[in-house]
Amino acid sequence: MIPEIGHFALVLALAVALVQAIVPLIGAARSNAGWMAIAAPSSVVQFLCVATAFGALLYSFAISDFSVVNVAQNSNSLQPMIYKIASTWGNHEGSMVLWVLILTLFGAMVALFGGNLPPNLKARTLSVQSMIAFAFLLFILLTSNPFQRLDPPPLDGRDLNPLLQDIGLAMHPPMLYVGYVGFSIAFSFAIAALIEGKVDAAWARWVRPWTLIAWSFLTAGIVLGSWWAYYELGWGGWWYWDPVENASFMPWLVGTALLHSAIVVEKRDALKTWTILLAIITFSLSLIGTFLVRSGVLTSVHAFATDPERGIFMLILLIVAIGGSLLLYAWRAPQLKGGGLFAPISREGALILNNLLLATATATVFIGTMYPLLLDAITGDKISVGPPFFNATFVPIMIPLIAALGIGPLLAWKRGDLAGALGRIKLAFAAAVVATIVAGYVTWGRSVFGAVGLGVAGWLAASVCIEFADRIGVGKVPWRGVLRRAAGLPRSAWGMSLAHLGFAILAAGATGASIWQDEVIESIQIGDSVEIVGYEFTLRSVGKVRGPNYMAERAMFDVRKDGEALTTLEPERRRFFVQQMETTEAALYSNGFADLYAVLGQADGDERWIVKVYFRPLVPWLWFGGAVMVLGGLVSLTDRRLRVGAPARKPARPPAPVAAPAE
Amino acid sequence: MSAARTRLPATRKRRRLYAVLAGLTMLGVAAALVLVAFEDNIVFFYSPTGLKEKSLRPGQMVRLGGLVVEGSVKKAADGVTTIFSVTDLNQAVQIRFTGLLPDLFREGQGIVSEGTLGPDGVFTASSVLAKHDENYMPKEVADALKKSGKWKQPNATPEAGK
Repeated sequence: MIPEIGHFALVLALAVALVQAIVPLIGAARSNAGWMAIAAPSSVVQFLCVATAFGALLYSFAISDFSVVNVAQNSNSLQPMIYKIASTWGNHEGSMVLWVLILTLFGAMVALFGGNLPPNLKARTLSVQSMIAFAFLLFILLTSNPFQRLDPPPLDGRDLNPLLQDIGLAMHPPMLYVGYVGFSIAFSFAIAALIEGKVDAAWARWVRPWTLIAWSFLTAGIVLGSWWAYYELGWGGWWYWDPVENASFMPWLVGTALLHSAIVVEKRDALKTWTILLAIITFSLSLIGTFLVRSGVLTSVHAFATDPERGIFMLILLIVAIGGSLLLYAWRAPQLKGGGLFAPISREGALILNNLLLATATATVFIGTMYPLLLDAITGDKISVGPPFFNATFVPIMIPLIAALGIGPLLAWKRGDLAGALGRIKLAFAAAVVATIVAGYVTWGRSVFGAVGLGVAGWLAASVCIEFADRIGVGKVPWRGVLRRAAGLPRSAWGMSLAHLGFAILAAGATGASIWQDEVIESIQIGDSVEIVGYEFTLRSVGKVRGPNYMAERAMFDVRKDGEALTTLEPERRRFFVQQMETTEAALYSNGFADLYAVLGQADGDERWIVKVYFRPLVPWLWFGGAVMVLGGLVSLTDRRLRVGAPARKPARPPAPVAAPAE
Repeated sequence: MSAARTRLPATRKRRRLYAVLAGLTMLGVAAALVLVAFEDNIVFFYSPTGLKEKSLRPGQMVRLGGLVVEGSVKKAADGVTTIFSVTDLNQAVQIRFTGLLPDLFREGQGIVSEGTLGPDGVFTASSVLAKHDENYMPKEVADALKKSGKWKQPNATPEAGK
């Protein structure tokens, strides 16, 4: 009964989406307030319908209703509750429902919180959002029905892919989707603005918070995914430039560019058409990403089922959505008038440089990801483009980006003073030189990139700190005044500094993690030791442990540094009952600067085990830096109501130093 | 006033020119980077048959995929090097790999390895992938098997609970 309600709710959502896609659009064209007013309530209804469907699916998973095909194939009664719930989106059908749930959630949020949006813009935006929802609901109902029944039901389900039974991955898809799909709102706003033929500062003010939400969650989702790959796959790597990873990384890169160019539209009324284009491209890349990972073009842990019908449906959807929006852009964009003038050396100029570098970086990732697919489709030649390609193209683009990022925020709008800005951050040069020398010394003979990467990361971190200290008046006013200024600083300024600082930390972590790792692999017996850069791992025991739905072999390593006991690491190998699949659970010890990482390999007959231990410096900084970036995004978001509440039509005004204390 | 009026369009134009030039430079640099990187870093995939037909540069990185031959997996004396063969059911190539084999590595399973072919005809792998899923056959391996005419539909029944 419950699954049928869910199915029905999906059909209902489809009908609502169809109405909402058409009626408000016509209403806006004819200035019919009644027709336009349909958009807001129908967005909420649409969300409630999809939420009902998602809830029904979640419930079926939670109670292990194996008469539903989807549950039977992707869950098992032995799974802990959290993974039963995570199974809801750990499969193709369920993940598509989650996709649409978030899509409609964003629509409903615009409907509810967009009270002071101009009615035309609101109607058109929600209408465009509904078109996307309609397409995806149709996709689910026609090709991927999650509520299909099975008669007779099996006694138990086939289990969630054991690799996905992990807390990092239970959280990763919802986070990633909020990011991915969140960019749909920026897209809908962009299309609505094109239809309307008007982009102004108020428009940018509306788009920014939504983009910021999407960006923050996408960042969190990518970092979580990377963290999962790091400890769950047991290879000690954190980023593989796998096409699936790139699929989420490309929208992030362009989304970051969008976030920055929208600032220029808001503050200076310039870069309008470019921003619109970025909004279209960002969501298009989200769609392409969804296509890549869901259609089975790529084989990976994400490609749950390969069904050509789905691939073709999605390809058509892609062509219509991306082609249609770009056509509309080509037709309408020339009518949008450019605004404020500025010199090349200015805040605007710096943000353009940021955009150019990010767009170029996206293009190289795009080529590296798509070229093998195209070549295979055209010639049948199979090639792979791995990390060396991306290191050779992406990294040289990131280094000038980071270097310029250190200066950009110091330049004034309209006309900046480069020499003055550089003069203010003399200390950052010193920091860069020190970081380069230290990194060069520590990593001597490993890679030149290490010293350069850590050098620019040090430069960025120092210049962010200097800029922030300057702004709150360190050294100019007494300490109490500094604190008051810090509290009075707009949250968006806090957010920017935090996000940039987080990026510096992440860049340092990425550099360190890429060029410097020590690993030892040995076949040892109980009592034997493995040594790695001064740490001694002694295998104390290997025992059997029973988990809820697996048996595990668990090793205990005593780790000593200079003869003193440091920690005990307990890596496992789990064998899951249902799928008879083994997974590796690496054990980690982190001191904040480096990870010790132990993996238990296959048993080797006569009481020997292959073990692998890694020493991975700076890897913790990746997660820490990512977390600080997300924090920056969220802090900046709390500025939203200030920005939204401010009178909308004064584009050239710099952000007023808000006196309201931090709550 | 009139000076300002005549300067404005020039500035606007010049600004646009700067932006376009910067964009073009960036594109040029990116294109150069991509081309150079493609030159050096593209890794071709071969089946065992394909590998034997092709003459590779010494030390050229390639991917080799196929099914692990039943009974071919042996451990070397150091305890951490594994020697095994992969086949596309036409030809077989011996692979030597030092390291932890992936969780899903077993005889009969499709794998992809990356490495170099030595003069002795033994492939030294720097990585072995057998990814993610019990029923998963690397796409390259499946295609290679189809090519050699030995492809059987894997018995991955969608029927639940059996």
